[in-house]
Amino acid sequence: MSRADQDNPIHTRKMTRRAMLLGSVQLGIVGALGYRMQSMQVKQADEFRLLAEENRVNIRLIPPARGLIFDRSGGSLAENEQNYRVTMVREDAGDVDEILARLARLIYLSPETLAKARKEIFRHSPFVPVTITDHLSWDDLATINVNAPALPGITAELGLSRVYPQGAHMAHVVGYVGPVSDYDLSRIDDQDPLLQIPKFQIGKTGAENKLERLLRGKAGTRRIEVNAIGRVMRELGRQEGEKGADVQLTIDSRLQSYVQARLSGESASAVVIDLENGDLRAIASAPTFDPNLFVRGISIADWTGLNENKFRPLAAKAVQGTYPPGSTFKMVTALAALEDGVLTPDETVRCTGYTELFGTRFHCWKRGGHGNMNLHESLRQSCDCYYYEICQRVGIDKISAMARKLGLGIRHGVPLSAVASGLAPDKAWKTEVRGEDWRIGDTVNASIGQGYVLSSPLQLAVMTASIATGREVNPRLVRAVNGVAQPSGIGEPLGLNENALRRIRQAMSDVINTSRGTAYRARITNRDRQMAGKTGTSQVRRITAEERANGVTRNEDLPWERRDHALFVNFAPVENPQFAVAVIVEHGGGGSKAAAPIGRDITLQALYDGNPPLSAYPPEVQNRIAAQQRRIDTMIASGNYDPASEDTN
Amino acid sequence: MSYLAHNTKYVPTGFRKLMYLNWPVVMLLTAVACAGFLMLYSVAGGSTEPWMKPQVQRFTLGMVMMVIIAMVPIWFWRNMAVLGYCISILLLFAVDLIGVERNGSQRWLDLGFMDLQPSELMKITLVMLLAAYYDWLPRKLTSRPLGVALPVLIILAPTYLVLSQPDLGTSLLLLLGGAAIMFFAGVHWAYFATVIAAGVGLIVAIFEGRGASWQLLKDYQYRRIDTFLDPSNDPLGAGYHITQAKIAFGSGGWTGRGYMQGTQSRLNFLPEKHTDFIFTTLAEEFGFIGASALLALYVLIVLFCITSAITNRDRFAALVTLGIATTFFLFFAVNMAMVTGLAPVVGVPLPLVSYGGSAMLVLLIGFGVMQSAHVHKPR
Repeated sequence: MSRADQDNPIHTRKMTRRAMLLGSVQLGIVGALGYRMQSMQVKQADEFRLLAEENRVNIRLIPPARGLIFDRSGGSLAENEQNYRVTMVREDAGDVDEILARLARLIYLSPETLAKARKEIFRHSPFVPVTITDHLSWDDLATINVNAPALPGITAELGLSRVYPQGAHMAHVVGYVGPVSDYDLSRIDDQDPLLQIPKFQIGKTGAENKLERLLRGKAGTRRIEVNAIGRVMRELGRQEGEKGADVQLTIDSRLQSYVQARLSGESASAVVIDLENGDLRAIASAPTFDPNLFVRGISIADWTGLNENKFRPLAAKAVQGTYPPGSTFKMVTALAALEDGVLTPDETVRCTGYTELFGTRFHCWKRGGHGNMNLHESLRQSCDCYYYEICQRVGIDKISAMARKLGLGIRHGVPLSAVASGLAPDKAWKTEVRGEDWRIGDTVNASIGQGYVLSSPLQLAVMTASIATGREVNPRLVRAVNGVAQPSGIGEPLGLNENALRRIRQAMSDVINTSRGTAYRARITNRDRQMAGKTGTSQVRRITAEERANGVTRNEDLPWERRDHALFVNFAPVENPQFAVAVIVEHGGGGSKAAAPIGRDITLQALYDGNPPLSAYPPEVQNRIAAQQRRIDTMIASGNYDPASEDTN
Repeated sequence: MSYLAHNTKYVPTGFRKLMYLNWPVVMLLTAVACAGFLMLYSVAGGSTEPWMKPQVQRFTLGMVMMVIIAMVPIWFWRNMAVLGYCISILLLFAVDLIGVERNGSQRWLDLGFMDLQPSELMKITLVMLLAAYYDWLPRKLTSRPLGVALPVLIILAPTYLVLSQPDLGTSLLLLLGGAAIMFFAGVHWAYFATVIAAGVGLIVAIFEGRGASWQLLKDYQYRRIDTFLDPSNDPLGAGYHITQAKIAFGSGGWTGRGYMQGTQSRLNFLPEKHTDFIFTTLAEEFGFIGASALLALYVLIVLFCITSAITNRDRFAALVTLGIATTFFLFFAVNMAMVTGLAPVVGVPLPLVSYGGSAMLVLLIGFGVMQSAHVHKPR
């Protein structure tokens, strides 16, 4: 069989036919491929181009510089400090452990820091710079730069961190910043993309927290090209952000530091209000803490120490703490009765040492009683029975309405953490919250600031300011934002009977400036700087009939937690008042003894804008005051307001 | 049947053979390879290293081999067919025993100076053996059951070996390429109809058998099918490659983003950008115009081969040419379908363009045989 026979035309034609056929099928497939390419590259090109852009272009945020915080005279309270930090880029370092070891030989790195840094380094992609340590000294920085060739992947770079130059005495006012946490994110309704930056610093407490939106500023953006694993290839564009607003507070740093030092050793708080414009000149709570500890990451030991201290250093008691106002509430009861017309200032009520109501005895603090009391004497000697009587005439609802009018039982709009609203109780409140009817005994207790009544030092200062000015007082903490002055805090007249107010102010003056007044020992001898005020001693325990019969236990013999709170409110000078002050010493004992001298010292400091002359004090205390002044000056200079030697029992 | 049966009188001899090469195919192959060099230069970020330079060297070597093979009379190659096939089968067995494993597949033999992928070699030797078989087989036996059974065995043996490596793409190419030759040789329609029907049944069985004890494919192959059917299912896992490839392809538009300006490939979003997915880079940088131009070059190569085959009265020569053309076609069509999302990702490179050692050499050896057929055409 020859090939010629085999390859006859029939077979050849068949193969040709089939080759053509399969060729056609192939052309069809090619057509389908071409159609697919056309539909992807021509019809859907824009869509895919967009996806490609999304792939490669990333928007990175540029954190804005946080706004600065100043005190009323322009002194810095919070600023952004440039600090050098060491970062490492893993892929540039090569042998991470070896480089870290070399670094640790050059600058001090605790084993803890090293271990943490190592973990962080391996947690991120190899090209991400990871901070090893920060707040480098100049010496360390120079050492690193000199040894740079031996430290591949290590860079010392500049960053901003928050610093509180005033330290401890501003801690409760200014607060502090810290890295944003999941808890923060769950709590605040804020869409700001800046919050998504890891370790972005936001205000955690105090003004830093409440003025966050002003201080934070607006994020800038950087458009960058990244590759598939997220490495930045180049910058495509940049839009600068907006620096946070600078805020000036009404706080007077000098006065604030004095108040802080004066309160030192106690669990106490004090507020000073400027009566010209409602400015909060000082809001101090003792003990305090160093806010810078929190910015740098507080150690467990420090944290435990602060948290377990029974004086609660972390609490801003001046605005957060609420206490029974005790006798400092008597002005409210009296004003309510006078305004209602159920009482005239000269009317007398007899005090026998107790008042009996439906079989219950309500005692006056003075066992034998005060005898016949009018408004003036009842305030000056702080008689309780007088108020037991008049409160029944006016009723609780009018008393609590007066309290709210004067600034008690309402939350003041001060940008500080957890500002307390206190409580000015009335019948509706008790029905709603307690589910019980209001009893006459509740009114009697409330009339002398016990029972359900609760107020914070801030509220008491506002109350005193309202009595001193006769106007509505909205305490002001922010003096100016970016140089724009904020509205004054002294509002419209309250519309109270001027005569009644005058009588009350006069009585308050005599509380201090007459020998039978409860705060006579805390008087000021300089005639045109004298103050008017009221002491208060609020019980935190119940005195049983049995105890009363055997003699009431002295405060000094009780454990600290059960001693009375000492309170004192005042304004000064009596004529043309400039400041209102409220002081509370937790479990400090009697208000006249524990709180009034503090109130006097603070008032004098505010009036003289510095250390007052000793001649302003009564001669018998001048020596002691001089010594106290020296101690406080030392304390302010050292910046340590809570000497460790202080007993804590 | 010996080469003496040919009328050798009109066959060119010596260096005159060079003039009888199918020069259009040579030009087209070179053009396609140049497109490949261009893209390899681009994906390396504008550098001849590490891909373009070795590729040029291998292409040059391949072209020299092609010409040398073309110089050798086609009947010599026909006589070599059985030997070539046997060597390929032995190498496939060797791969199974001593092969190098990469990415879960055992496909390579380490020859010291280069890695050889015997399945690539098999693509050519299978075509040659089938062509020789049908050249030898009396025409009237072509559609007899026994006459059909033997080539089916010839095809299935290497297909099975390659599938077990596992290498689904190449085994499919072997199967389809072999079947195409049987079709060209004139096997009766009914066989193909039966096989297609059985194939449909098999596909159904593959899907039905998933998870069962007789599961036909490996799990990763099932996952590939899943992600092919719905890439968005797993956009950062297995579907990532397909999605990114489609984005790169589509974002090219009409004219492309410009040479070396393709963001998808330059920024590494594109996977395997120098091998299986190189066509995507080309499409991204040169757009629809560039991609369809390359497609046209491929189509022209196939058309020239078919023309050469149907004008060749020598049955072996015609069949071997058609077989190589079909294999070549399957190569680029599957690759392009794969990167444009029309077919699952089965790991088939783009012939002459993708970076790869043995694939290019073997392909040029195949074209050497095709050229030999062309040069030694009975005239």
